[in-house]
Amino acid sequence: MKNAILFAFVTVSAAQAQVGYDRLLHTEKEPQNWLTYSGNYNSQRYSLLNQITPDNVKNLELQWIFQARSLEKYEATPIVVDGVMYTVQNPDDVVALDPATGRIFWTFSYTPSPDSRPCCGRLSRGVAVLGDKVFIGTIDARLIALDARNGKPIWNVEVDKPADGYAVTHAPLVVKDKVIVGVAGGEYGIRGHIDAFDAATGKHAWRFYTIPGKGEKGNETWAGDSWKTGGASVWVTGSYDPDSNLTYWGIGNPGPDWNGDVRAGDNLYSDSVVALDADTGVLKWYYQFSPHDEFDYDSVQVPVLADIQMPGTSRPRKVMLWGNRNGLFYVLDRTSGQFIMGKPFVKVTWMNGFDERGRPMKVAAAASSREGTLIYPGNQGGTNWYNPSYSPATGLFYIPAWEDYSSLFVKQDATYVKGQTYGGGGPRNVTPPVVAGNFNYRKEGEQYGVVRAIDPKTGEKKWDFPLSDVTDAGIMTTASNVLFSGGRDGYFFALDARNGKLLWKATMGGRVTSGPMTYMIKGRQYVAVCAGNALFVYALRQ
Amino acid sequence: MRKILLTLLTAGLTAGSLAAQHELTDGKYTKTDIEIGSRLYIANCIYCHGPDGDQIAGVDFTHTKFPRSRTDDEIVKVLQNGIPGTGMPAQTMPEPQIRTIVAFLRSLPASAGQALPPSANVARGKALFQGKGRCTNCHRAQGAGSYYGPDMSDIGMQRRIIELDQALSEPNAVILPQNRLFRVVTADGTAITGRLLNQDTFTVQLIDNKERLLSYQRSELKEFTPINTSPMPSYKDSLTAAERVDVVAYLLSLKGVPQP
Repeated sequence: MKNAILFAFVTVSAAQAQVGYDRLLHTEKEPQNWLTYSGNYNSQRYSLLNQITPDNVKNLELQWIFQARSLEKYEATPIVVDGVMYTVQNPDDVVALDPATGRIFWTFSYTPSPDSRPCCGRLSRGVAVLGDKVFIGTIDARLIALDARNGKPIWNVEVDKPADGYAVTHAPLVVKDKVIVGVAGGEYGIRGHIDAFDAATGKHAWRFYTIPGKGEKGNETWAGDSWKTGGASVWVTGSYDPDSNLTYWGIGNPGPDWNGDVRAGDNLYSDSVVALDADTGVLKWYYQFSPHDEFDYDSVQVPVLADIQMPGTSRPRKVMLWGNRNGLFYVLDRTSGQFIMGKPFVKVTWMNGFDERGRPMKVAAAASSREGTLIYPGNQGGTNWYNPSYSPATGLFYIPAWEDYSSLFVKQDATYVKGQTYGGGGPRNVTPPVVAGNFNYRKEGEQYGVVRAIDPKTGEKKWDFPLSDVTDAGIMTTASNVLFSGGRDGYFFALDARNGKLLWKATMGGRVTSGPMTYMIKGRQYVAVCAGNALFVYALRQ
Repeated sequence: MRKILLTLLTAGLTAGSLAAQHELTDGKYTKTDIEIGSRLYIANCIYCHGPDGDQIAGVDFTHTKFPRSRTDDEIVKVLQNGIPGTGMPAQTMPEPQIRTIVAFLRSLPASAGQALPPSANVARGKALFQGKGRCTNCHRAQGAGSYYGPDMSDIGMQRRIIELDQALSEPNAVILPQNRLFRVVTADGTAITGRLLNQDTFTVQLIDNKERLLSYQRSELKEFTPINTSPMPSYKDSLTAAERVDVVAYLLSLKGVPQP
């Protein structure tokens, strides 16, 4: 008997080994876990688990629900490590649960400073893990390390000042021994930055300003002192390529959002992807998707990394796939930043092609104006922060998109006041953009949401799964060619990743505003998604 | 040399040429902003502020009396934060939606100043509504009439004179999305016409003229088609101008049914 107890203890201890960097590097060895926000460093949201298939997905059955004590949008993706799920309860609580039953092991409750003022939701999109710690960035712009066993804080450091409009809303990215976070606040005239902290102590390691300072290359792309209040926030988790030791981050809109007059120039590195040395934060390359943006086209999409044999090449190329808020799908060389391809994936009117260097050619009239300028895609974009997926099994890139969507962009004067919104106008509606409440009366011909499959070799659409409303739901795919996503009308559904055919659906009773994820416990595959104010978990009927 | 993929976009569709189709009102908003704001105002604000925005002493949106705010941004802040110590709650909707309410409030003065003539008579209007006008064949008011059309029981809280008058004369002029009729044909060939109650990617919900609440899987329907004209007749000729005024007076008097 004593031996049996000892054995059980040892088994549990071994199963809950620390999450070392080597494990984060080789997530393919343990598909039963979901170790980072996007599943792994390449952020494909593609799982090797294949128990759930196109044939049996119809037998999915609800296993448990976690009802968050928060009425905020639930945009988080949980993490699962060795039999423990870590997720958030908005704004910044962290909860550790049994991923098979949903029973709570511990809760870390956090009350953010009353100075915090995130523009678009008092929420967190998730946590990160390394060693025996769980990390969360908070809406009062702090980074907190918790003991993974009991949720007690180990260190708690300032990333920036919440009263000045700074916040952290995305899941941190752990690389080697560092925790990397960026700051939100692009509507408050902040100067954006990405910071790395030592995971063991919280000591600040490096900072990359997303707007170059005086004397630095790129500062000349901002007129006068506009660089000091130019926004360029970061609010979605980046990716990492261990071969080049580069970490990639999408950068938000320049500020003031809708009045570019005070910030003449390209406004680097707003609306760009930046590739940083993960050890030092030094910029290696950048690509700007939307120079001198006046349409709020944050490039805060998750950088999806893949090795793809592009047309005319004999070997797979290390590329980055990017469905941008500006309505264009991009393929970039992720080692050099070279532009390979850009193509609209929804209706786009602000540009009409690329020059030799891959710079978008703006339509002359595509500028915010006092009388209003109609632009496709509209202010929320052809997509937004919603998690895309790339499936090596199908070779397709999947994106939650808003089709036929436009805004009338109106320019107004903007005066910077520290900590206040700094917009300079705003978008106006030309078709009803959202469903108010529980009722959907969308008219035919109005904008709609769609799960869209794109062939990254050509940029061409392969199939569509249209939705009755626009969508905020992310996408996940699996090795068995099942695609999971959802929509504003509260459905969580599975499609055949090869052709978009509907395989299964269930109603969550609240809009799906998160990216699904999957994991396995004791040989059983589970699928989890946040919708409404709750986390829902499914598995095949036994 | 590396081949650059040039992208040709919607030919001739320049941003500038389209802007003219969406002229801004004086308050710098589009008609769609105002329409959306109107819906949100009806859903969230009207029971305290009333259809003309003048139901609370000292506050009169129709005459631009905003006691605590002058600019649009200030009104947005009041809506976002509420007014502590008063009955004005904070609104939890996103700022773009709040801004459409401001758009609607800014549009109110343009239609201000309407009043019914002294001859308007509520009792006569009620008799016309229930009798000659045959309105209760489709509409319900204060517990009587059909469920098929929109319920009029609190229409006086939701619409102004100008809107009610137009609805009687030109019922096709403005049909709210939630008041549209749809024709569905089921798998067995049965055709049903009903008012749309709700819809999503996979299902639709209707109420038909037999007052049945119906729900269908879209995949099981042979047809699901909107009917873009109103089944309501115009009363421009069938009622006199004086009678229409009476009906409007009656409708304006409908302020809802007390909750049991």
